[in-house]
Amino acid sequence: MPAEPPIDTPRNLFEAYERLAAAPARPIAGGTDMMVSITGELGPIPERMLDLSRLDELRGIAMEQGWLVLGARTTYTEIRRSTHCREYLPALVEAAATIGAAQIQNRGTIGGNIANASPAGDTLPVLLAADAVILVGGQRGEREVAAADFFIDYRKTALAPDELILQVRIPVPAGRSLQFRKVGTRRAQAISKVVMALAWRDQGTAGWGDVRVALGSVAATPIRALATEAVLEGARPTPEVADRAAETLAGELEPIDDVRSTADYRRMVSARILHRLLRDAEGW
Amino acid sequence: MSSYRFLVNGAPAEVDVPGMRRLLDVLREDLGLTGTKEGCGEGECGACSVILDGQVVDACLVPICQVEGRIVRTVEGLSLAARERGSLDTLQEAFLEHGAAQCGICTPGMLMAARAYLDAGGDGDEDRIREAIAGNLCRCTGYTKIVDAIAAVAHVD
Repeated sequence: MPAEPPIDTPRNLFEAYERLAAAPARPIAGGTDMMVSITGELGPIPERMLDLSRLDELRGIAMEQGWLVLGARTTYTEIRRSTHCREYLPALVEAAATIGAAQIQNRGTIGGNIANASPAGDTLPVLLAADAVILVGGQRGEREVAAADFFIDYRKTALAPDELILQVRIPVPAGRSLQFRKVGTRRAQAISKVVMALAWRDQGTAGWGDVRVALGSVAATPIRALATEAVLEGARPTPEVADRAAETLAGELEPIDDVRSTADYRRMVSARILHRLLRDAEGW
Repeated sequence: MSSYRFLVNGAPAEVDVPGMRRLLDVLREDLGLTGTKEGCGEGECGACSVILDGQVVDACLVPICQVEGRIVRTVEGLSLAARERGSLDTLQEAFLEHGAAQCGICTPGMLMAARAYLDAGGDGDEDRIREAIAGNLCRCTGYTKIVDAIAAVAHVD
């Protein structure tokens, strides 16, 4: 049988903060990453675990003054069923629908996707493109971290060992479009080869504004492609602009070869996806 | 070690085990319910699918501490009601009629994923059935007969 490190189940957030302040412990919510890591011995076995399954403070989906607010324990199934998510951030619903299958979607959480910080985490490019803010907390207090500042290095995040992810807060500005695409080996149960989210605000004759191009599986962390964003910002994505943006993206990415794909494929497919998203957006 | 209490197939269960023990191991090793199979052990294959509070989950990814006070259904519980009539669950009957089982390792998990889908109001639409069992890998049947079996039950329900 796999290792069975000791685990504590705090009944509320106050107790959870106390435990984390007293001794480091690895949080576990839906377990879809942690259990795999322990069973597969993918890393050192944590000395202690902290079970988040009784923390109702981390649940719920709400709209608060133009922000979509998701509790960290919100599952992918809950995202797919949420009327708020469907109405205000359908790209997140699409992303949630591509993660694993029913068994994973019923258990895996958005907070876990963020904390696990896999470069292939499918919701993460959506959060980056949507300028999401991550609310974290601990005994020392709460603080907000922009998603763009959260993923520091390969599976390293801005979360301190005595902190928990509490909420994901996503602004929903009027007039923003956000598209999501994932390329994997099959539709269900596949880890992505490339995942992309593209956000923009159509300013009419002033072109596109607030352009965000975010990608997963092409770097050590989920990233924004800043040079590509600069090409699109303030422009209208005509075929010429789209060509230039795709070319810039292919030049800007430094993906790796691994078991799921090659660097060349990832670079080429990323450029293609962007090109198609731009074409679909403008209808040429 | 801690004591955990929950319902399995309608009967109370209590185990004294480490909280991180997988629900899969508790079912098979501690409770002797070996109908639930271990395939990959990492949430890819769905062989260990059970229903937890009405939702299909991989029992290899659930630590037992998170099952305290909850309701588990395994393949052994699928036919409890039907067994009193001397028969199998309608899904099990359909799998037999359609030849939806070959080697059998995926079958318990496949049945539980299908049961969760139908209990949630799932219909006979092929795409929706295929999505519902997308987390359950079968290396024998090519899925067609499994989908047919589930659809047959959906149409009857």
